[in-house]
Amino acid sequence: MFQMRILVFCLMAFTSFTYSQNCSLNISGQVIDLHDNSPLFGAVVQIESLNKVVYTNEKGHYKIEDICEGLLEIKVSHPFCEPKTKSLNLKSNTEINFRLEHHLEELNEVLLKGKLYNNENNSSISNQIKTETLEEFSNASLGDALKNISGVSSLNTGNAIVKPIIQGLHSSRVLVINDNVRLHDQQWGVDHAPNVDINSAANITVIKGASALKYGGDAVGGTIVVEPKKAPIKDTLIGKTIVTGATNGRGGTLASNLIKAYNNGFNYRIQGSLKRLGDFKSPDYQLSNTGSRANNLSLGLGLNKIDYGIDFSYKLTDSEIGILRASHIGNTRDLVNAINRQTPSFVDDFSYDINNPKQKVTHQIYKLKAFKKLKNIGELSLQYAFQNNRRKEFDVRRGGRSDLAALDLELKTHTILAELEWDQTENFDSNFGVEFNAQNNFPNPRTGVRRLIPDYEMLSFGTYATSLFQLSDTWEFDAGIRYDFSRIDAVKYYITSRWEDLNYDETFPQFEVEYIGNQIETNPKFDYHNFSATFGATHQLSEQMKLIMNLSSASRAPNPSELFSDGLHHSISSIERGDLSLSPEQSYKFGVGFQGSYKNFGFNFQPYANFINNYILMQPEDIERTIRGAFPVYQYSQTNARLLGFDLTANYKFQKLDFRTNLAYIHGEDMSNNEALIDMPPTNWSNTVRYEFDKFQNLYLELNSQFVFKQNRFPNNNFEVEILNTETGTFEDVLVDISTPPEAYHLLNFSSGMDFKLDKTKFNINLRINNLFNTNYRNYLNRQRYYADEIGTNVMLQLKVNY
Amino acid sequence: MKTIKLFSLSLIAAITLNSCSDDDSSPEPIIEQEVITTINIELEDVDNPTNTATFLWSDSDGDGLEDLVNVDNLTANTTYSGAITFLNELENPAEDITQEILAEDEEHQIFYIPNTTLDLTTSYDDVDNVGNPVGLDFTLTTGDASNGVLTVFLIHEGNKFAEGASEGVLTDGVGGETDIEVNFDVNIED
Repeated sequence: MFQMRILVFCLMAFTSFTYSQNCSLNISGQVIDLHDNSPLFGAVVQIESLNKVVYTNEKGHYKIEDICEGLLEIKVSHPFCEPKTKSLNLKSNTEINFRLEHHLEELNEVLLKGKLYNNENNSSISNQIKTETLEEFSNASLGDALKNISGVSSLNTGNAIVKPIIQGLHSSRVLVINDNVRLHDQQWGVDHAPNVDINSAANITVIKGASALKYGGDAVGGTIVVEPKKAPIKDTLIGKTIVTGATNGRGGTLASNLIKAYNNGFNYRIQGSLKRLGDFKSPDYQLSNTGSRANNLSLGLGLNKIDYGIDFSYKLTDSEIGILRASHIGNTRDLVNAINRQTPSFVDDFSYDINNPKQKVTHQIYKLKAFKKLKNIGELSLQYAFQNNRRKEFDVRRGGRSDLAALDLELKTHTILAELEWDQTENFDSNFGVEFNAQNNFPNPRTGVRRLIPDYEMLSFGTYATSLFQLSDTWEFDAGIRYDFSRIDAVKYYITSRWEDLNYDETFPQFEVEYIGNQIETNPKFDYHNFSATFGATHQLSEQMKLIMNLSSASRAPNPSELFSDGLHHSISSIERGDLSLSPEQSYKFGVGFQGSYKNFGFNFQPYANFINNYILMQPEDIERTIRGAFPVYQYSQTNARLLGFDLTANYKFQKLDFRTNLAYIHGEDMSNNEALIDMPPTNWSNTVRYEFDKFQNLYLELNSQFVFKQNRFPNNNFEVEILNTETGTFEDVLVDISTPPEAYHLLNFSSGMDFKLDKTKFNINLRINNLFNTNYRNYLNRQRYYADEIGTNVMLQLKVNY
Repeated sequence: MKTIKLFSLSLIAAITLNSCSDDDSSPEPIIEQEVITTINIELEDVDNPTNTATFLWSDSDGDGLEDLVNVDNLTANTTYSGAITFLNELENPAEDITQEILAEDEEHQIFYIPNTTLDLTTSYDDVDNVGNPVGLDFTLTTGDASNGVLTVFLIHEGNKFAEGASEGVLTDGVGGETDIEVNFDVNIED
């Protein structure tokens, strides 16, 4: 108290002393964030010598009034930032703007580019998976991890090839963005899993719809954005290693990650993973030839100076995946036998060997990116990426040809991307970009098998503009448009009789080059113009409630498989025919995200309606009798489709118990033919209860129940075919039931884990048991459901070390 | 400045790499190597070598569909010695696939299945390395005059030890995959 009095006295004395000066001056200005030029709200601006303190308003403005002339020091601080001081000799009213830099720790969150992909940023209906969840799936695949998100399911070929399905759509309708590079890895194939090492991801965002226009305009289904761990700007070495062992497949994964960073912004990163798995086992039998191997590596080198930076990275995924031997069949009679048999025809003892049929896929990405913050404009970034996808598929072949791939494709893609983020207008944040793509597909002729996908070159160009407008504290709008042009120039040999059968000699005579033996060389050239757009609003209803509405339209040109397919597909013994006259499909999707929380209860409800004009799908045409027997023929054609559905997530915390429920429902309809759409995920309801002993090494126990309903809505593609009963010698009309989905099933999964600390190293041990009761089931969205059950109990033990 | 240099470098790289792949020579056509276009069965009456018959099934352009089928009539109550050959006539000269089957005889078996109306039986005359029949050489014995369908199967990687397989009975236990399945409309005359 005494001291206080002295202070007051001194101040009074000081004031009276300087009374003769001009003491009605003021200092004003704005405090902004150096990284993204956003105004900093609540920054403390003070002149310590005068005991004057003010705070910046929502727009970052401040004003200190009634200051006398003279030397003074002004200090600005903000909870997230490094404080800054400035000395000046005040003579008149002055405006001083401050640009604050984040604390070093905060920079971990700042991308090289400047900010994380932020789903709060626009009206995208999206969900995110964080590192911790991804780590649980270290031994699995991207598709497996994504299934944790309500509304994301997967289209499987066996257990190792997992393609994500977003709200009912997959393959070419889902873009996968790995570290800002759009993956070009023959994604048209339903048995081609995305070439992403899940161990290289720090977080993954799933955008349900086409609202992320910067990545592409053809995301009819959605976009998956995979981001690696970023290097902080400080002297540090961060690393982690995860070892997982699994009983089913008798193998595991070793994954490691190391980042070395310096205060001056320089950093280098190395990440790798090795996976070895043998044959999986269903509850009753071994799934022969389902082993897999993967070697993945990524390297990075970067310099991040906050307002400019450059970064190089290299990623390699190399995998070899065995395909269930019993799923390689000859013709429809074999298929009927397989369906009736209920157990696979080939069951051997457990083995680590990967025999034919199998896939060997290598994908490499080289990326160079630089950005520069431009004063009074925003941020400019340039990126060049080269991708090389090499896919070899080996079949069971005759005459010693099994070592020769039956499918051997090499897809090379160059992409140049230039983007400008412009944030100088108040309340507006806009992005502009242009993208050039050059792609070359080379099917190696050495296979001795006619090319499934022809040689082609594709040039494409895209440009987009998006803008985010903050109307008020509670309303935000965003809009964007994108235009894409693509030109495909292919060389394909048709069997002459087929070319004429399809009437192409009359509809596309301009493509004919020359007749060579029984084949005709053709040179199909197509130009596609695609327009896509998004418009949305985000409304903060209250502190806890938020409503997001988004309307987006995507346009997708037909992929090479849809255009050019022409031959036998062994896995379901069908003949698939492309169609050169396909036009792009255009979707119109309306999605809503309603999220909120009340006390211990939280929810996120995402209903949607997706209307797709010229939806490309395969439809059964007829039965063809060939030298190999009878086969159903599927023809690519177009229809109008409508997908309606909702995804719901809710959680409730009761003391140390945490309940969580995920429910996804979808109703897909082929509007032109008034029938259900094929391969729509059945209703999926997952419930989890988790108990945490936070006092005891963060021990947790978790039980998950997953109920998958039977899909009752499916198109009836069953067909009748006359097949010789080889035992009785009579020809019988047999109904081939390829349509009826399998029965509903219920699985229980258990997991538990705890943390340890030794010195400064953090250890974490996790136990996970999938399919606790070794339940027999088949999955409608597994292309091998005709041949074998899904895998049985799998016990996985995982050790994680952070250093 | 350094940034700009690196960028121009990468741009140049992109352009040159693109132009490399931009050659005008068109890719070579692929002659299917593994395809079977032609099945030829030669039958010879064991008691009367001048009495022969040929069953031919040919898909000369390789699209899988039948282009030419010729089935000679058989004589009732006759024993024929038979041999089957498989050809790939897309290659010039035609490739004899029979040799490939012979080389991998443990993985292959040919089945001859008559339907109920056709009165004939077959038996195997050859064996693979482990003593199971292959079916490239066989005996065909006709019964009374009748007509019906003889289906010829070439099964790859089936279980040749399955019950009945060595007698030419194609049960579900054989499994494997069907490489060939063709029907011949056969007429047996008196």
